Amino acid sequence: MGMIAALLVQGLQMLLVVAVAPLLVSIVRKVKSRLTRRQGAPLVQPYRDLIRLMRKDVVLADNASWLFRAVPYLVFASTWVAAALIPTFATGLQFSWTADLIAIVALLGSARFFLALAGMDVGTSFGGIGSSREMMIASMAEPAMMLIVFSLALIAGSTQLFTVAQFMASSEVGLRVSLGMALVALVIVALAENARIPVDNPTTHLELTMVHEAMVLEYSGRHLAMIELSSALKLVLYVSLIGCIFVPWGIADSDAGDSLAAYVLAVFLYLLKLGVGGVALAVFETSIAKMRVFRVPNFVGIALMLALLGTLLLFVTRSL
Amino acid sequence: MSAVENVLSVAACLLVLGPVAVSLRRASWVSGFIYAAASGLCALLAIFGIARLIGLSGDSVLTLPLGLPWIGAHFQLDSLAAFFLVILGVGGAVISLYGIGYGRHEHDPMRVLAFYPSFLGAMTLVLLAADAFSFLLSWEAMSLLSWALVLTHHQEADTRTAGYVYIVMAAFGTIALLLAFGLLAGAEGHYAFDAMRGTVRSPVLAAIILGLMLLGAGSKAGLVPLHVWLPLAHPAAPSHVSALMSGVMTKVALYGFIRVAFDLLGPLAWWASPAVIILGTLTAVFGILLAMMERDLKRALAYSTIENIGVIFAALGLALAFRANGMTAAAALAFTAALFHIFNHMAFKSLLFMGAGAVLNATGTRDLDQMGGLIHRMPVTSFLVLVGAVAISALPPLNGFVSEWLMFQAVLMSPAIPQDALQLLVPAAGGLLALAAALAAAAFVRIFGVGFLGRARSPAALSAEEVDRFSQTAMGLAAALCVLAGILPGMVIDRISTVSRAILGGQLPVQAHEAWFRIVPIAEGRSSYSGMLVLLFIAVSASGAAWMVHRLASHRLRRAPAWDCGFPDANPATQYSAGGFAQPLRRVLGADILGAREAVFMPEPGDLRPARLTVTVDDPIWRNVYSPVGAVVSHVTTRMNGLQFLTIRRYLSLVFLLLITLLVGLMLWA
Repeated sequence: MGMIAALLVQGLQMLLVVAVAPLLVSIVRKVKSRLTRRQGAPLVQPYRDLIRLMRKDVVLADNASWLFRAVPYLVFASTWVAAALIPTFATGLQFSWTADLIAIVALLGSARFFLALAGMDVGTSFGGIGSSREMMIASMAEPAMMLIVFSLALIAGSTQLFTVAQFMASSEVGLRVSLGMALVALVIVALAENARIPVDNPTTHLELTMVHEAMVLEYSGRHLAMIELSSALKLVLYVSLIGCIFVPWGIADSDAGDSLAAYVLAVFLYLLKLGVGGVALAVFETSIAKMRVFRVPNFVGIALMLALLGTLLLFVTRSL
Repeated sequence: MSAVENVLSVAACLLVLGPVAVSLRRASWVSGFIYAAASGLCALLAIFGIARLIGLSGDSVLTLPLGLPWIGAHFQLDSLAAFFLVILGVGGAVISLYGIGYGRHEHDPMRVLAFYPSFLGAMTLVLLAADAFSFLLSWEAMSLLSWALVLTHHQEADTRTAGYVYIVMAAFGTIALLLAFGLLAGAEGHYAFDAMRGTVRSPVLAAIILGLMLLGAGSKAGLVPLHVWLPLAHPAAPSHVSALMSGVMTKVALYGFIRVAFDLLGPLAWWASPAVIILGTLTAVFGILLAMMERDLKRALAYSTIENIGVIFAALGLALAFRANGMTAAAALAFTAALFHIFNHMAFKSLLFMGAGAVLNATGTRDLDQMGGLIHRMPVTSFLVLVGAVAISALPPLNGFVSEWLMFQAVLMSPAIPQDALQLLVPAAGGLLALAAALAAAAFVRIFGVGFLGRARSPAALSAEEVDRFSQTAMGLAAALCVLAGILPGMVIDRISTVSRAILGGQLPVQAHEAWFRIVPIAEGRSSYSGMLVLLFIAVSASGAAWMVHRLASHRLRRAPAWDCGFPDANPATQYSAGGFAQPLRRVLGADILGAREAVFMPEPGDLRPARLTVTVDDPIWRNVYSPVGAVVSHVTTRMNGLQFLTIRRYLSLVFLLLITLLVGLMLWA
C-alpha cells in the first residue's frame, strides 16, 4: 500500500473520530432519555450546541491569564493526538510508532494536567474543588490504567497499540483470566476518566459533588466548545480502545493490502462498535446511582486491584 | 595534559575560589565575579565530561603524592565519572549563572561566597577520587561545605535546627561509608579502587557492603527512612544553594552508590536487589505524598526530590536484579532509565528551585497560601516554572516522561526473571511507581495552581516584580534542557550507553539513526516513542484548531467578572488553598499512610467562639523513629553528664578499673 493511501487512511481516521465524537455523546443521551421515558433531544443536538458555542463571544474572567485561553486548544490537541494513535478501523498506520500505549495514557494525563490548572486559574472556589477532586480520581485511575497496560503488553509482547490489536485479533489469544480482569478494570477506569456516573455526573452543573463540570465552569463560547469536544473525543477514545483490544475483529490491516471494500466494512463495523458501546454506557448509567465523592477511591481501587491481580497472574504463568 | 589533569586543575581553581572570595570581600564586584567564575569553570567541567562521553578522550588516571603516605591520592576519569561530571558541570554552570543575579539580594553575601565555589570543587573531587581515602575526604568536604551553606541564615532558629539535623545525619552516613569501604578494602587494606575491583567476595559480605552503601549514600541522597534532614536542610539554604543540593549533590550521592554497587562490588546475588527496589518505591510514594501535603514551596520541592531519588533507586535495584540473572540487555535498559532520570532531575529540580528562589525574592514568602496570581506579575518565571512542573510530572513531550517510559519498559522485561519473589515484587513496584507519577502530577498542579495561578492571596504577591535577566536566563537554560532532552532523547541515551557499556558490558541499541528522533529501547515491534513527533503533532493540531476556530467561527472576547456560579466573592481567601487542594488525597491516602488527622472544634449553640478545623500532617518516620531515638540519646547523655564533674582520684580509679577489665578480657580470650 502506497504512502499516499496510508496517509489518507490516517487522515480519514483522525477526522472520523472528531466527526463522530458528538454523535456518540448524543446516542448516550438519547438512550438515557428513552430509558427514563423521555423524548430526548434529537441526535444532532450536540453538533448544534457546538456550533452555537463556537459563534458566541468568549466571556473571560477579569483575571484569567494566557494559560486559561491556551488550555482548551492544548487539551483538544493532546486528546486528539492520543485518539489518532488508537487503531479504530485500520491498523498499521503511518506514524503509529510515534507513541505506544504508555504514551497515550500519559498524553491524556497531559490534557488533564492543563485542564486542572485552568480550573485553578481564575481563582474561584468551584474551579479549585473540581481540580483537586479530578487529580485525586486521576491519581487512582492512572496507576490502574498503567497496570492494565502492563497486562496487555505482557500478553502481546509489545506496548505498541497496533501490535496489541493485531495480536488480539489473531487466534493465539484465547480466553484468559487476566484479560477478563483487565477488561473490568479498563471499564472502571474509563468511567472514572470520562466523568461518567457513578464517579461523576456529566449532566449536572449545580451539585456539590461535581468534579469535571466544576473545573470548567468559567469557560464560555469557543473555549467551552473545544472543551466539550475534547471530552466527547475522550469518550470515543476509550470506547475505541476497549473495542480495538477486546473486540478487535473487523479492523482492516493496511500492511496486508486490504481492498477498498474491506475498509468500508471496517468503518461500518467500527461505527457499530461505538454505537453498542454508547448504548451499553447509557444502560449502565441509568441503572446505577452516583457515588459520594469519597466512595470513588474504593470504586477505582477495585480497578487498581483487579489490574494488579491480572498482571501478577501473567507474571506467575503466561498462559492465564 | 590528560583529561583527569584538566578536570583536577578546574577542581583546584574552584577550591581556591572560596578563599579568593574572602580576600576580595571589600570589592563591590566580588559576588558577580565569583559566580561568573564558578559558572565558567563548571561549564569547563561539563565540556570535559562530554568529551569523555563522546569518546574524544579515553579513561585517564593520575596518582598524586598526597593523602596517606603509603597510598597516595588516586584520581580517575572514566565514563561513569564523566557522566556525573556533566550533571555537575551543567547544573553548576546554570545555577551559578542564576547566582549572579540572586546573590545580589543576599544581605551577608560572604556567608555564601566563601563556601559556594569550594563546595562545587569538593563535589568534583568526589567524582574523580579513585581510592577510598580521597573519596571519603572529598565526601566529608562536600558535606561540611554544604552544611556551612545551609547555615547561611543562621539567625533563624529553624535553620539552626536544620543544620544540626543535617550534620548528625551526615556524620551517620559517613560512618556507614567508612565501614563499607573498610569491608571493600578487606584485611589486606587495598584502598585503591583498582585493587577493590579485583577482589572476590562472598555474597553475604557483598550484600552487607551494599546495605552499608544504602545507608551511607542513601542518607545523603534522601532515601526513606534516612530522608528526614533533607526537607529541613535543602529549603533552609539560599535558593541557588538549594538548587545545587537538590539538583546536583543528591546525584553525587547516587554516584557513590552506583560506583560501589555496580563497579567496585562485582557480581551481587539476586536476593540483594529486592531491598533496593522496595526502599526505592516506598521512598517514591512516601516523598510525593508528603510533597502533596506541604504548604512551604521549597519544602514541597525537597519532598519531591525524595520522590525522584526513590524512582532512581528503584530503577537501579531493577538493574541489579537483571544483572544478577545475566540479563544484560534488560539491566542496561533499567540502568539507562536511572541515569536518564538523574539527568532529568538535575534539569527540572534546579529549574524549580531557582523559580522558588525568584518567587521568594519577589514576595518574601515560601508559603503557597501567601502567593497566587504570580503568572500576571512574573510572566517569564511562571512560564519557566510551568515547563519544569510539566517535566517533573512525567508528561509528554518533555524529558520526565522519557525516563519514566524507559523505566516502565524495564519493568515489562521482568517476567523473564527466574526468581518468584522478584516476579511478584516487580509488577507491584511498577504499579507503585505509576502511582507516584500520578501523585506527582497532582502535587505540581497544586504547587503551580495555588502558587502561580488564581488571584493574589497577599499584598506581597500583588506587588511582586519579575526577577533579573541573569536569573531568567539561567531558568530559561534549564527549561531548554528539559525540552531538548524530551524531544531528542536518543542523544542522551547514546551518551549513557557509553557508561553502561563500561559498567554492565551491555547497552541499548544505538538511537542516533532512528527516524524522527524516536527511541527504540529493545526492538522496533515492541515499543518506540518519538517526543519530537508528539510535540510537533500537538503544536500543529493545537494551533490548527485555534486558527480554524478564530477564522471560521468567532474571535471576539469580552472581559467580565468571574462567574463562579453567580456568587463570586471578592475576597481572595475564598479561593482553594494549598491545604484545601490536598484535602481529597489527604483523606484517601494521607490518613492511612501518613497518619494525617483532622480535628473539628464546633462550639455549642450560643457560644461565640469560631468553629475551627485543625489538620495535622507530619512525617510519621520522624514521629515514630527519630523522636524516640532522640529522646533516648538525650536521656542517656543527661545521665552521663555527671561523669564530667568527677575528682582526679575517681578518674584515675576509673582508668585503673578499665585496664583491669581489658586485661581480664584478654586473658579469657586467650
